[in-house]
Amino acid sequence: MKKRATVFALCLTLLLGVFSLAGCGEDGGKAGNEGSGDGGSSNVKIGVILVGDKNEGYTAAHIEGIEKAAKEQGIPAENVIWKYSVKEDESCFDAAVDLVDQGCTAIFSNSYGHQSFMQQAAADYPDVQFVAMTGDTAANSGLSNFHNAFTNVYECRYVSGVVAGMKVKELVEAGKLSPENYDENNKVRIGYVGAYPYAEVVSGYTAFFLGIQSVYPDVSMEVTYTNSWFDITAEGEAANALMSDGCVIIGQHADSTGAPTAVQNALKSGKVAYSVGYNVDMLNVAPDAALTSATNNWSVYYSYAFGALKNGSAIATDWAEGYASGAVQITTLGSSVAAGTDAKVKEAEDAIKSGSLHVFDASKFTVGGKKLDSHKVDMNGDFDNEDPEDKEAIWDGYFHESELRAAPSFDLRIDGITELN
Amino acid sequence: MQEYKNSREPLIRLTKRDSMPLGSRIVVRLVSVVLAMLVCAVLIYAITGINPLVVYRTMFEGAFGSKSRIWSTVKEMMLLSCIAIGLAPAFKMRFWNIGAEGQVLVGGIVTAGCMIYLNKLPSALLLPVMVLCSILAGALWGLLPALFKAKWNTNETLATLMMNYVAIQLTSFFVAKWENPYGSNTVGIINQSDQKGWFPQVMGSRYFFCVVLVLLLSVMMHIYLKYTKHGFEISVVGASENTARYAGINVSWVMIRTMLLSGAICGLSGFMAVAGASHTISVSTAGGRGFTAIIVAWMAKFDAATMLLISLLLAFLQNGAGEIASKCGLNDYASQMIIGILLFFLLGCEFFINYRPVFRHGKKKEVR
Repeated sequence: MKKRATVFALCLTLLLGVFSLAGCGEDGGKAGNEGSGDGGSSNVKIGVILVGDKNEGYTAAHIEGIEKAAKEQGIPAENVIWKYSVKEDESCFDAAVDLVDQGCTAIFSNSYGHQSFMQQAAADYPDVQFVAMTGDTAANSGLSNFHNAFTNVYECRYVSGVVAGMKVKELVEAGKLSPENYDENNKVRIGYVGAYPYAEVVSGYTAFFLGIQSVYPDVSMEVTYTNSWFDITAEGEAANALMSDGCVIIGQHADSTGAPTAVQNALKSGKVAYSVGYNVDMLNVAPDAALTSATNNWSVYYSYAFGALKNGSAIATDWAEGYASGAVQITTLGSSVAAGTDAKVKEAEDAIKSGSLHVFDASKFTVGGKKLDSHKVDMNGDFDNEDPEDKEAIWDGYFHESELRAAPSFDLRIDGITELN
Repeated sequence: MQEYKNSREPLIRLTKRDSMPLGSRIVVRLVSVVLAMLVCAVLIYAITGINPLVVYRTMFEGAFGSKSRIWSTVKEMMLLSCIAIGLAPAFKMRFWNIGAEGQVLVGGIVTAGCMIYLNKLPSALLLPVMVLCSILAGALWGLLPALFKAKWNTNETLATLMMNYVAIQLTSFFVAKWENPYGSNTVGIINQSDQKGWFPQVMGSRYFFCVVLVLLLSVMMHIYLKYTKHGFEISVVGASENTARYAGINVSWVMIRTMLLSGAICGLSGFMAVAGASHTISVSTAGGRGFTAIIVAWMAKFDAATMLLISLLLAFLQNGAGEIASKCGLNDYASQMIIGILLFFLLGCEFFINYRPVFRHGKKKEVR
């Protein structure tokens, strides 16, 4: 038995040896294209840990952003090493260590669940910079080489809400809605497919809802969670359930095309329903139903970070920017949007840019029937907001989202929104 | 051959081989690996136009290209073979323990629980407590289906399989209970600051103790199955329960005892996965290894050394495949395809080791 095994192993090793020799002359994979690295940037080697690959909208947006930023900062393509489909478990730590071994000077991970493994790697390798995108523990980690970054995605969710609000207004005025589209208080039903019930998602759907209300105030919203960032089937089913409740707009904070596809099918079968997507343009899967999508322009951050690495300056521990620096936007408007949407979108975007419009204006929402003038945000990661470190987020009449820390922190459940599960 | 006279002889008939000589068995397996690689090569080239040799070389580098990659491959190999070692006695007894996934998970849950609630204990005491708890939890998860089988002759395949889903739900429950930060649906790294309940770092790697533990287990399992009375009883029950009964073996007791052992070792591998590798708990703590280990155990015919080798092959494939995605721009699905094709050929060749095809107009061979 043992002999057999040994011989088997030997043969296998030999075989692999032959293959590895045969491949020696070749370059490992795709050779980098032009890439004009000057003296400084050639020292910068970027490692990227991605939760998915090009086939998944959220990751595709990151890949696009990194490629663009690398080009802007003159970092040659061969100095960017990609790790695709890295699970949110210790394989993230292994991937980070492997990237350090390959000589990376900075490592970026794109999913929230990677964070604690990135932090572990940051503690083990103090000479390498680690950035956990969308994370929230860097400020409290006590590590100078560990960073978080996010965009002010709530700003573009608000604007995508404006687009949806215009559509609702048009549908109501044209008398296209049936009684099932109104709730018991005669408000138009809106649906939202969310991933997980925590601040990032809550902040997003609240911004979306407030955007709709800024155009058409008489709406109520139902939120269904899928408990997954990417689940085409579950997102489609959630959208179907919401539409059978009578929802006319289906927003989403989940990464697949499941919901828009379901809405497109429903629209074709005669239902009145439209979709607002996330991350990527949904027009190819829902040409009639998709109004627009809220998206991040990650290249703004990556370009900033790569630039800092190139110049040897420090990367901010927490970074969050929005419309003002072009880090967020909405995608091309679909053919079904209401007349005048363009102008209304421009108006909202300009107001956000100039600072005259605050998405979480405390006068625009109530919690438990009351307007708020105070809400503390958890700053030490224990997820209550009763510690001395936790900071007040409402001043000057609005909730200061992503200012105290990069990751969204708005976790209030405002009136008019119901979580179904 | 009287009865075949009037009927047309089929084009191909299959006859069982008595046993194949060692040399031919190796040749058949090697041929299957080469064939698999050829098929993969053709597919890779046809679909992507990338030189398949580059792909294979990248795979090898991905698994063994640096010290940390070797450790990562070894860790994967150890976790996989630990479960396979646990499964071996059950399968040898022809008790279809499909429940390793669940047994690993419950072992992982209690390990994580110990790390969270008992982190005041000194590490020297905490680790043994974690070992004990994970063994007990795994053993309990193995015991339940065994009890039902022994008492009421229920179907153990279904019972163990269903226990997996209970364990998966249980894991989700505890992930939600311990989630940090709240609502994120992940537990995060447990005891990140003081590393309580983690395996100590030896030879520059936290995985060193996994290696020691699994090698020890595999030697012990080899001895247990080959040279002890228990091992003999297991193979008799596996060969025929009636024979075992006739020989005065208490079949129910052997069944229960063996499943306790099987579950305990799977539980222990849950402990290793949490305390030795991930330091967190999620449904991916088992990550399908409980099912892959079934393939490992069967392909190795329950031989401990062979199980280690096959685990190494699978760990190599997995880690190598990740590197293809990284370097060659092939996505995850492409690498999984390569793994699938290789496994298909390796499992398929067992058929030709056990059976011989006989062609109608082929050379007249004696038919047994």
